[in-house]
Amino acid sequence: MEPSKFHTPSTDLLKKRMSDLPDNLLKECPVCHKVFFSNKMGDLHTCPNCGYGFRITAKRRASITFDKFEEIDAEITIPDRYQDIKYRQKIAKAEKITGIKESVLTGPATIDDVDFAAGIMDPYFIMGSLGTSTGEKISRLFKRATKESLPVVMFTASGGARMQEGIHSLMQMAKVSSAVSEHANAGLLYIVVLCDPTTGGVTASFAMDGDIILAEPHALVGFAGRRVIEQTINQKPPVDFQRAETVLEHGFIDSIVARADMKKTLYRLLKLHQ
Amino acid sequence: MVKNTAYEKVKAARDQGKILTTDLVHQLVDGFFELHGDRLDADDHAVIAGIGYLKNQPVTVVGISKGNDTESNIDRHFGSATPFGYRKALRVMHQAEKFNRPVLAIINTPGAFPDVESEYHGQGSAVAQSILEGLQLKVPYISIIIGEGGSGGALALASGDEVYMFEDSIYSVLSPEGYASIMWKDSKKVPQAAEELGLTPQSLLKEEIIDGILPEVKDESDVANLREFLSSRFSELKKITVTDLLAKRQLRYEKF
Repeated sequence: MEPSKFHTPSTDLLKKRMSDLPDNLLKECPVCHKVFFSNKMGDLHTCPNCGYGFRITAKRRASITFDKFEEIDAEITIPDRYQDIKYRQKIAKAEKITGIKESVLTGPATIDDVDFAAGIMDPYFIMGSLGTSTGEKISRLFKRATKESLPVVMFTASGGARMQEGIHSLMQMAKVSSAVSEHANAGLLYIVVLCDPTTGGVTASFAMDGDIILAEPHALVGFAGRRVIEQTINQKPPVDFQRAETVLEHGFIDSIVARADMKKTLYRLLKLHQ
Repeated sequence: MVKNTAYEKVKAARDQGKILTTDLVHQLVDGFFELHGDRLDADDHAVIAGIGYLKNQPVTVVGISKGNDTESNIDRHFGSATPFGYRKALRVMHQAEKFNRPVLAIINTPGAFPDVESEYHGQGSAVAQSILEGLQLKVPYISIIIGEGGSGGALALASGDEVYMFEDSIYSVLSPEGYASIMWKDSKKVPQAAEELGLTPQSLLKEEIIDGILPEVKDESDVANLREFLSSRFSELKKITVTDLLAKRQLRYEKF
């Protein structure tokens, strides 16, 4: 056999070359599966091909969406009565990544000349799950907004109830709903922005209570998880059954707004209700 | 039998011999007249709704019911309501408000029905609306969990003035099976999961999630006792003005 004109690099060499590549140089969009250089995502962290908004921390979202934002209730964290070591480790890790002490960031915000109360759930804080203090912070935000006659803009991103906190997590759905209804009864505007992913108990409460419900492109929005459906009733859901676009088609979302247009869209809607 | 462990409670709550919501409604309420459909899409058989008398007092009743054989269980999705069911319940609850009738909710559900169709019809939205509007219902609103109180699917009909549980019942954020699978990926740990979830009526009473534990209903005298109890609770709640009732209800949930 003639020696090959081409040399195939050895596995070891390939491994070395791969390890020489900087981490996160390339990014794959989980929705359209296009692979692209990370820097193409830009400051907004969106897919250059399909417009999907990658999951971002609450602090990052505040900085790209608002002109001014002031965090409140920053010290509210998981109640002391939860002492499970694994849970405590999870919390510590989440705090480090997100820079916040519960899965939601709240406070007064401004876009141009419009003031409002803002809440942003953080998908990097134990999957944005709804803990007792998450509910407390959101509930306080609504109460403050009611008192100050301000609209509320809530960015949701959550895996649902936080099972480590058991029934108290479930009760947050009712607690927050109570604060939402007080705000609504005062004739104040509530805008929801459904971000990837919004599921479970959050979808089944304040995420669906908005006067206006927006969503980011291709965000996963649903109640029951895919695996739960598959395992409980042995049904295979279509790939896009809980995509924001599908949910819009079924009549539960007012509009899908690209991340790049979010700021001006919120401004326009808030202005119209002033 | 004394049910000592949480897991024994789980098994007792799911016992086939437990009275069905539908049967309990018919026994408890005189001249029960069932109202069907959500006036939008469909009639969900997992949810029973209707009107009748509770000791001469007109009431509106809503409930989530399992079946007692394969056929009825399939018809009722094993006690899991679809959005059509929640919207039916909400429709008759609003009707109760119009006619100033108290609302009684009787719950036995493993959770809201997880299927693609329910997702397409806004399961999350239906549950959210039930909670939000239940909190603001301008008539006395009492709920009883008689077997399983599965997560948001149960909370949807338990956001009123008082929530009670039967002796052999459970109420939790997710099933012990789900908890064991997510926390430890180990189905053998279901008993431990039941323990950690604190889903027994006793634990929940201690946490003030519920207002009381009621004895199981096995015969006619149990039904009569339950009727007596509910009627006295409704009479008490009726003495409160609507403004105070709603303020009190709000406080009930805000304390969590």
